[in-house]
Amino acid sequence: MAKKLGNQTIKFDLPPSIVSTASTVGPKEGKGPLSSYFDVVLHDPLWGEDSWEKAESKMVKKTIERVIEKGNLTPEDIDYIFAGDLLNQLTASTFGIRGLAVPFFGLFGACSTMAEAITLGAMAIDGGFANYIVAEASSHFCSSEKQFRFPLELGTQRPLTASWTVTGSGAVILGKFGPSPYVTYATTGKIVDLGIKDPMNMGAAMAPAAADTIITHFEDTGFLPSDYDLIITGDLGSVGRELLLELLRKHNYDIENIYTDCGIEIFDSVTQDTHAGGSGCGCCAVTLAGYLYKEMKNNKWNRILFVPTGALMSPGSTQQGESIPGIAHAVTIENNWA
Amino acid sequence: MNQIQNMKKEYSQMVTRVSPKSNLLRDCARAFWVGGLICTIGQLITNIIKSFGYNQDEASMLTTIILVFLGILLTGLDIYDSIGKYAGAGSIVPITGFANSIVSPAIEYKKEGYIFGVGAKMFTIAGPVLVYGTIASVIVGIIHYLFK
Repeated sequence: MAKKLGNQTIKFDLPPSIVSTASTVGPKEGKGPLSSYFDVVLHDPLWGEDSWEKAESKMVKKTIERVIEKGNLTPEDIDYIFAGDLLNQLTASTFGIRGLAVPFFGLFGACSTMAEAITLGAMAIDGGFANYIVAEASSHFCSSEKQFRFPLELGTQRPLTASWTVTGSGAVILGKFGPSPYVTYATTGKIVDLGIKDPMNMGAAMAPAAADTIITHFEDTGFLPSDYDLIITGDLGSVGRELLLELLRKHNYDIENIYTDCGIEIFDSVTQDTHAGGSGCGCCAVTLAGYLYKEMKNNKWNRILFVPTGALMSPGSTQQGESIPGIAHAVTIENNWA
Repeated sequence: MNQIQNMKKEYSQMVTRVSPKSNLLRDCARAFWVGGLICTIGQLITNIIKSFGYNQDEASMLTTIILVFLGILLTGLDIYDSIGKYAGAGSIVPITGFANSIVSPAIEYKKEGYIFGVGAKMFTIAGPVLVYGTIASVIVGIIHYLFK
């Protein structure tokens, strides 16, 4: 039986293996520093479709098909798909998955969705309810701008604290048995809201949730920052990074030399004009499926803490003057487990 | 309760300290010259039209139509958003910016059809300007009528 540690952490008895990963990204991500790690780089953000939403659904479908193929499996082998995106009613995921005929759990955790999917998938496997699951998350710059911000052609300025939604879909297959790396621990985050109302500064809104989850992870497991080769948050960006490090220092945790953020890694903020960094469900999903997975296979890191972060607001809640609830889930991924 | 309020206050100060600020002087300078240029082009158009014998009212109306057309054209050609990114209010405030604010949602929502897409969403950004602009003009008109 999987053991619960402390208040929020699970230690998997039989840690699920990450059997395969797949990633699809848009043209801008394909020009970024992580370009060589991605399986498919699109040249056209519409990908031959006639709307952004359909293009995102196509990314979801193709990425899931690819991850199944890369795992030498068939859709019949997959017990569940755990997936989500940023669009209303999970449009991108549901319409992408509808033709696959695989049982599906739709998840919304804003940009933390990938960790939510991996945690629930790993629980299903360790609990004996599944042999293989797909965890997937996606976002699309254009569909997100349309839903959350302004029309693309509107002549506005983005503040320097704003992030750039990643166009991409990342998927992993977790299996009961398989090669390294393995998902060994999961710390599920609480909603933390310190009153930030600016949707153009989501790093600031999510940093307290990330700090809370990371501190809880250390307290629940007894681990220290030195137990990790890398701690990587989802999409705090450059502003959230500073805030997270400062919040953790207040609790006597210094992770600066092993810490980075997927949103910082995926774009070159100087040449790509992305301001605070990348964001969106796809940001950490493609970074995990591409960069983190492949470098763990190369043993660059053997033990990482993957902490996707989500800003759980809607355009309506912002207009009604609500502050932004943040959430972060942590997942330990390691090459060796005893 | 007070502790939470203090935490929020302290955090908000932290966020303000860490968040990068826009360069106000540079942004104002850019808005000034681009906004000024658009207005100068407008004046140029007016003068040219007047040289063909039209009076001031006719020339103003035709200038407005031409500037709105140019705003729409540059929006459709994917240029106006780049101007806006550079100039900020300099390209939002002139009437070309008003045209941009109507056409950009119209383009964005074309996929939802001409009724509930283009028709319904076209004024999501310009709508408030029209509503409060109209109300303001009525109020100014009443004041003018009473005190002329």
